[in-house]
Amino acid sequence: MLLSSRSELRTLLIFAAVVLMMPIWLLPLGAAYPDLLQKFAIFGIFVIGYNLFFGLTGYLSFGHATFLGVGSYAAVWCFKLLTVNVLPAIVFGILVSGFFAAVIGFICLRRSGIYFSILTLALAQMCYSLAYSVLTPITNGETSLQMEAHDARLLDSWIAPHVGDGLPITHLFGIPMSGYPGFYFCAVILIISFWFSIRIFNSPFGLQLRAIKSNQERMQYSGYNTRIYLFSAFLISGMYAGLAGSLMAAIDPLAGAERMQWTASGEVVLMTILGGVGTLIGPMLGVGVIKYFENIFSSYNHDALLESFSFLPQPLAEALTFVVSPFVGEGWHLTLGILFMLVVIFLPGGIMEGVDRIRARFSRHKQPQQTEQTT
Amino acid sequence: MDAFILQLLNGLDKGGAYALIALGLTLVFGTLGVVNFAHGALFMLGAFCAVTLQKILTLSQKVKDESITFFDAYKEQPYLEIWFGETGTTIIEWSVPLSLLLAVPVMLTIGLAMERGLIQFFYKRTHAQQILVTFGLAIVVQEIIKSFYGANPIPMPAPPLLSGTAPIGEFLGIGDVVAYPWWRLIYLLFSFLIIGAVFLFLKYTTYGMVVRAGMQDRATVELLGINVERRFTIVFGIAAVVAGLAGVMYTPIVPPDYHMGMDFLVLSFVVVVVGGMGSLPGAVLAGFMLGILQSFASTNEVKNIFPGIDQIIIYLVAMIVLLTRPRGLLGKKGMMES
Amino acid sequence: MKKQQYTRRELLKGGGAMAGALAMPSFFVRDAWAAEFRNNPTKSGKVVFGFNVPQTGAYADEGADELRAYKLAIKHINGEGDGGMINTMKPLSLKGNGVNGQKVSFVTGDTQTKADAARASAKRMIEKDGVIMFSGGSSSGVAIAVQSLAQEMGVVFMCGLTHSNDTTGKDKRRYGFRHFFNTHMSGAALGPVLEQMGNDRRAYHLTADYTWGWSQEGSIKDVSEGLGWDTVSAVRTPLGAGDFSQYITPVLDSGADVLILNHYGKDMVNSLTQAVQFGLRDKQVNGRPFEIVVPLYSRLMAQGAGKNIKGIYGTTNWNWSLKDEGSQAFVKSFGQEYGFPPSQAAHTCYVQAVLYANACQEVGTFYPPEVIKQLEGFKFDGMGNGPTEYRADDHQCFKDVLVVRGNENPTSQFDLLEVVEVVPRKQVEYKASIFGGELGPYEV
Repeated sequence: MLLSSRSELRTLLIFAAVVLMMPIWLLPLGAAYPDLLQKFAIFGIFVIGYNLFFGLTGYLSFGHATFLGVGSYAAVWCFKLLTVNVLPAIVFGILVSGFFAAVIGFICLRRSGIYFSILTLALAQMCYSLAYSVLTPITNGETSLQMEAHDARLLDSWIAPHVGDGLPITHLFGIPMSGYPGFYFCAVILIISFWFSIRIFNSPFGLQLRAIKSNQERMQYSGYNTRIYLFSAFLISGMYAGLAGSLMAAIDPLAGAERMQWTASGEVVLMTILGGVGTLIGPMLGVGVIKYFENIFSSYNHDALLESFSFLPQPLAEALTFVVSPFVGEGWHLTLGILFMLVVIFLPGGIMEGVDRIRARFSRHKQPQQTEQTT
Repeated sequence: MDAFILQLLNGLDKGGAYALIALGLTLVFGTLGVVNFAHGALFMLGAFCAVTLQKILTLSQKVKDESITFFDAYKEQPYLEIWFGETGTTIIEWSVPLSLLLAVPVMLTIGLAMERGLIQFFYKRTHAQQILVTFGLAIVVQEIIKSFYGANPIPMPAPPLLSGTAPIGEFLGIGDVVAYPWWRLIYLLFSFLIIGAVFLFLKYTTYGMVVRAGMQDRATVELLGINVERRFTIVFGIAAVVAGLAGVMYTPIVPPDYHMGMDFLVLSFVVVVVGGMGSLPGAVLAGFMLGILQSFASTNEVKNIFPGIDQIIIYLVAMIVLLTRPRGLLGKKGMMES
Repeated sequence: MKKQQYTRRELLKGGGAMAGALAMPSFFVRDAWAAEFRNNPTKSGKVVFGFNVPQTGAYADEGADELRAYKLAIKHINGEGDGGMINTMKPLSLKGNGVNGQKVSFVTGDTQTKADAARASAKRMIEKDGVIMFSGGSSSGVAIAVQSLAQEMGVVFMCGLTHSNDTTGKDKRRYGFRHFFNTHMSGAALGPVLEQMGNDRRAYHLTADYTWGWSQEGSIKDVSEGLGWDTVSAVRTPLGAGDFSQYITPVLDSGADVLILNHYGKDMVNSLTQAVQFGLRDKQVNGRPFEIVVPLYSRLMAQGAGKNIKGIYGTTNWNWSLKDEGSQAFVKSFGQEYGFPPSQAAHTCYVQAVLYANACQEVGTFYPPEVIKQLEGFKFDGMGNGPTEYRADDHQCFKDVLVVRGNENPTSQFDLLEVVEVVPRKQVEYKASIFGGELGPYEV
């Protein structure tokens, strides 16, 4: 299981190349525009962190979206109070969500199995409900927390006051964080996060977490305090989520309570399982599929379909449109549901198992190859 | 005092709904070891049995409204009324209770088909995989219902005889302020009946005894030469019927829409877990407890002290219970803990 | 994007070169940096409108109706079909050959009634599909989130159904326009109806616990307390509570004789159904009939609540039963196209799309600041609400508001709401300054 550091480097380099070239190879798929690319990268970070906990320890947390939301709120408050430079906001976001993860982890890790899952769910739903209503002075409730013209921005107004009557743009030392620069920024952080997760996967710490997954009692009898390990993993994955949340705010300075709802927590669980629990790359494939469905499949309406089938003869194109249209546009949920079922029925290990099978078939004559991913 | 009685009734009513949904869920957990995220969808399908029957009964003769020329506007009169007069009207009015008769065979079929066609292949899979496949199934079922009935809630009135309020205060001799809708009282009674029936079935029939034995120790029961799997299939069918009937009866209280199962999904899991995994009495107890606490937490007196408490009370209680009692109220050791 | 660079330059300082290097792949986005403003149709050769509506979730049906109206609007703008309200709109610049000589096409997206999803969908339209304007939505939270995006990106957003005061109040934006009315106008319009109920009524509010609910509660309270009414209690209910019984029973013996349900969508359907179930509609308090008021009505809500709406008062932006020329023209073309009458959401969306197209045609360009200036203070008629004005101060449309009542005796399956009163515009007008907020700059 352990990779030599050289193959680690190789994996990392291939990963970096694939991520940074997304604007090119996603072009034929219609997904090469800044917002979706940013979302791929950010949810990639989120899911890497989630997988570090769930994939390694087998503990199913149903409340991770809380940390994402808290990270976003913290980052937007940092933009409002301190500066629109994203760096402090990201650090602040990670710290605040780390604090939440510590508290929630401390409480929930006293139980295991489904009792743990429901504890995380309960705490997350409490955070969401309060953020949506009672805590409106802090979170701005339903309307989402946004930057405003009259915000203090102490650091900014001290160094270089904002001119003009529009809102300032979030930036990294002058590089605006919207559009492609925002994507590359997120992509670089994704690559670093990925590297960090490889390190953890292959470290003794990762091994100990896996041991907890396979037999926690035995670990305890061997003298390990398993709860410390679990807690550390939970904390790290919570901070990953906070990083993702603050990046979301960085590229688009807005934070809403919906980000914390159980459906959002459920989404990251689904992404991970769909892609392949406990694999390095799998969960990110899950992100790709779900976000692609949400953004691209949902946009196909009747006319758009007809246009994409226009290379076919008219009656055939119309027949095809008729057949396909229930599954795209407003029917994208249906396709997603079918996909969930098909994947888990035929590929118990998620998409990653499919990738492995294909690779096994192609490399029958060759030596087994190292991990790489292309979709 | 009046307010107390009313809130208690509200709580019992909610509790009945929670308990009914949780009952089937925990039954499936306990017997098959399957985390069924499609259980809410079964509840929803039950409700749509009622919707479908209502649609069939109210098939109408359409008399065009001639004053409207741009599209076809109709004044509708159901054929049942035309053919049978008042009897027809009465049948339509009683469509919700009537759909109970429809829901039993339909939900049993759906339950058995679901278990044989899908769930049985997931007994040995991980919980994560069970969650993904049943969640996928729930979405598919939901979207199919949506494509037939739209996303908007559909009004399902209770029969007029039962849609008024019962003067409970007069029954109890404490004035006439306390009045409670008949239908909600019936729902409460109904939930007691179903819960009682399931318990009696498991406790006093040989069939039920085998199921309980199988829940305790499947391997031993199988060694005795009993086909446990067949019995568990039936259990899944029963769980589907219970959820479906709960759905039918709930329609006059909350007009059904395709998403109602998802709305109950999280809550029903919380109830099951608070009750303790695999414990039927636990699920019922937790259902009623959470229902009653939720009702009382929503009163102005409580909300004035703790603003927003009504929005989080269920989760708060769940947290406290799970932290003080490691396996919920009545859970067994080792069930779903790893 | 010369203009955009100009304002950014102040902020970019030394980082500009680096940003340029990083922004390299943006040459994949056609014309993005060559155009004078984002998605300039003259450069790209296509005029694309984006329709961002809820296609999944609780408001999916409303979203579907909005989409129908948009498709109709595009047809009419392009000179297809019977022209609908373009035949009745005054003053009209559109010529029935598209806008500024170019045919209009459209793309759609799903907001899921979630701020994040709606913004993602809007960004897809702007960054990938190159829309020059986008529109739609069924909730204020979404509208406000998307409106601020419109300002950041410099693409005009014509709000769909959003009723909170904040959309054109505290959170108004230069690039956002709202044709729909708001809670303040609902309150003002309900005033006379409430007055008829008596001057010493005691009101009990059940309010959805989020900004729109509070906004609605406040507006009704202002009016009712102005009439001398007493507010017994105002109780906040969680969004999506489903069963509201625990909030309704305290009304029974509270001494209140009017119940105000500040709920929308599914919440309203449930709370009204249950309030009627608890006998509130038929109750007598202090010798007077108990009244239930639902400040904001929509057809879908009326359908969901069924017979429970009979006799219940509320307000709407528009109703298909109106007899004026514009409404008739719209109902005719919508009805002939789809076989049923349009909802108020469909109406407001249709009008928004046409108004934007008309403004572009009038100024002869798509350049947003010019189009915005044309829309600001624009006065028009023949669009179903009588003489209407887009107020320049807050981008809010001012027009007559309808007070409606659940029909006791419907003549058809669509005849759910009867218009009780058309409250004239001047009765619902208010000063823009009372809600604060800033529109922001024209050029971004």
